[in-house]
Amino acid sequence: MGKAQLLKLPRKFPLPEQTPPVIALAGNPNTGKSTIFNLLTGLKQHTGNWPGKTVLLSSGSYYYQQQEYKLVDLPGTYSLLANSPDEESARDFLCFARPQATVVVADATCLERNLNLILQVLEITSQMIVCVNLLDEAKRKHISLDLKALEVELGVPVVATTASRGRGINRLKEAIKDMAAGRTNVTPRRIIYDEEVEMALQQIQFQMAETLENCQIDRRFLALRLLDGDQTLIRKAADHKNLEDKVWAQSLLK
Amino acid sequence: MGAKPAEMTDPGDDLKVLSADSQTLSDRIVQTIYHEAGLIAGKVVSRNAPSADWDRRLDDILTSRVWGYPVMMLLLGLILWITISGANYPSEVLAVWLFSLEEVFGQALLWAGAPDWLYGFLILGVYRSLAWVVSVMLPPMAIFFPLFTILEDLGYLPRVAYNMDDLFCRAGSCGKQALTMCMGFGCNAAGVIACRIIESPRERLIAILTNNFVPCNGRFPLLITMAVIILGGMVWNHGNITAAAAVVAAVLTGVAVTLAVSYFLSRTLLKGVPSFFTLELPPFRKPAFGQIIVRSIMDRTLFVLSRAVMVAAPAGGIIWVLANISFGDISILGYSADFLEPFGRLLGMDGIILLAFILALPANELVIPLMIMGYMATGSLQEIQNLTALKTLLVDQHGWTYMTGICVMLFSLLHFPCATTLLTIHRETGSFKWTLAAFMIPLLTSCLVCFMVSRIGLLF
Amino acid sequence: MTDLPVNVRGRICYMDAQGPIRRRLMDLGFVPGTEVEIIRRRPGRGAAVYLLRGTMIVLRKEQSEHIFIELIGADTDG
Repeated sequence: MGKAQLLKLPRKFPLPEQTPPVIALAGNPNTGKSTIFNLLTGLKQHTGNWPGKTVLLSSGSYYYQQQEYKLVDLPGTYSLLANSPDEESARDFLCFARPQATVVVADATCLERNLNLILQVLEITSQMIVCVNLLDEAKRKHISLDLKALEVELGVPVVATTASRGRGINRLKEAIKDMAAGRTNVTPRRIIYDEEVEMALQQIQFQMAETLENCQIDRRFLALRLLDGDQTLIRKAADHKNLEDKVWAQSLLK
Repeated sequence: MGAKPAEMTDPGDDLKVLSADSQTLSDRIVQTIYHEAGLIAGKVVSRNAPSADWDRRLDDILTSRVWGYPVMMLLLGLILWITISGANYPSEVLAVWLFSLEEVFGQALLWAGAPDWLYGFLILGVYRSLAWVVSVMLPPMAIFFPLFTILEDLGYLPRVAYNMDDLFCRAGSCGKQALTMCMGFGCNAAGVIACRIIESPRERLIAILTNNFVPCNGRFPLLITMAVIILGGMVWNHGNITAAAAVVAAVLTGVAVTLAVSYFLSRTLLKGVPSFFTLELPPFRKPAFGQIIVRSIMDRTLFVLSRAVMVAAPAGGIIWVLANISFGDISILGYSADFLEPFGRLLGMDGIILLAFILALPANELVIPLMIMGYMATGSLQEIQNLTALKTLLVDQHGWTYMTGICVMLFSLLHFPCATTLLTIHRETGSFKWTLAAFMIPLLTSCLVCFMVSRIGLLF
Repeated sequence: MTDLPVNVRGRICYMDAQGPIRRRLMDLGFVPGTEVEIIRRRPGRGAAVYLLRGTMIVLRKEQSEHIFIELIGADTDG
């Protein structure tokens, strides 16, 4: 499953009786993710300028142009290397539940740090939308962002928002709609590691080819995690390759 | 920079894993990602002016060794003062309104030919305690929580955690416990839920078990009333400030006890070393005032109402029953009070007070009306319109002394958590054992403290 | 890194923490090659506030002792 492929072919529009597209909301802690979640779903999750508030997976849904979307708010994490239950559940969701689109919310005032997570998510899924939030704060601090350049660098759509004022939310919904329907062209940025790492990656992928034939997780990502010393993902992948994705996703969403 | 190849490990799935010198490799993976992030940021982000001097200077004050603590206490006092004074009027209004509704319901029942006991049970028991709880609890909560949330949104709270980390570390815990304590001022149940921000399970448990030692909004009225009565008429004119000061004093005592008990717990039941503590100090943000206030008020209103209906109302019914079923001349309540009298005396109080506390397990706000009911030997919750009358009742008619007042305050501060909090603790910990501990530890602490204080009082 | 004086910049050259602690530190951004600065510290047990990549992070002494830095512009190890 080469990730270098572009998502060019439009998917069929979801028929009414099919399950609604699942959208994941990820991002660093304290980026206004929950605010965006509330804005989209109308739910009343508590938010605050205090990293670490969202601890559980919560889900809700919203309608846009007569289409229902199911939104899952992942716990805020600095990275997806599975150092804590939060990170693990976020990563597992992205890998196994395979949302139709993943919105990564970033804080405009410290983009560099947020990019860490963005790049990691990009290695799992290329159906990603970057939502740069807290633009009003950035303005206050005299930070300006060239979002077009960001789009070019990352190869995925970038939407600017100021969630506390509700700005940009419609653009976000529009971007989600396009992504979920498969109409967005993405050319995700591919991180090339140094020579040794790349060689090791090749080796692992070669060795794994048979065992994980039907696995839907990006093999390069799996290989990366193994290099990291993290074996839980492989185990889970092996367990789940025979399960219907939907069933698993449903159980997560409860 | 050579990677040692292939320590082949078998994860039990017949997969051969190339686990190279994974530390170096994984380091490099992480570094590469950071490096890329830096590259991208370099092309995309630009700063137009030297940033955030304001923020830095504000931080210097808020977390400085000299100003940090005073600012915290000042802010706390301010919030408490606003809560107390702001809640006075609405509480009265609510009380008047709800109690006049009581008349209406009562009349309706009588008109429908309901028997006396049903009237008593439903109106005097269930409805009255519901009305009491709502009128006492709702206004302060609707003020405290929005204020607190504003502070939270500002980003001030992590600074508090940083300031207090030292103290809590020595007590075996961490600075985030200071924050869960603060939440506990509003409502202990909310404080317990807030303990989720503490990552280490051991420290989270300590925070949950000690959350009870800070007074929640429901206990303020008792503390204030006691303080005003004890301190006498001389501070009448500055009622609200005295009230706030009294609560602050209680809070400080509570904090001291929290630290002491945390220390004790981390040496005994919950042994362990302070965990890996990291904290991010977020940049200061302008809070979205409007949104916060509206959402917070709605949340809290819902909470208070549902709690009143589900916990306080049934309790009120039961209490009425206990107060009105008599064997001979004395009601069950009366017998219980007599039974508890010796214990009460030991703790510097008396049987009626103790009974009031026990019966107020569902809701701390019921302590005062229960006490009054006990003393006046009426069959239902009573209210006394002004403090002078209350003072007469307690001091002149039932022999209260300074000591009694102090012991009551201490007991109220330290005794077991209310039913809602206990339920929340059970839900959060999933363990009956720890919920029991959450009940016993404060109980034992409060008995110990009251006992010692009352003995000391006897010496004078 | 514990001995880094206030308001002097340093660059992380080595970390001797292992396992989860190392991971956690790296997640937060303490990666070899990063520039770090102390903003303030408390005496004694001293949790200190570090600035790196535009974010302020608080670390306790026990954790910062795992991080070794070189002062920028100097040849000495911290």
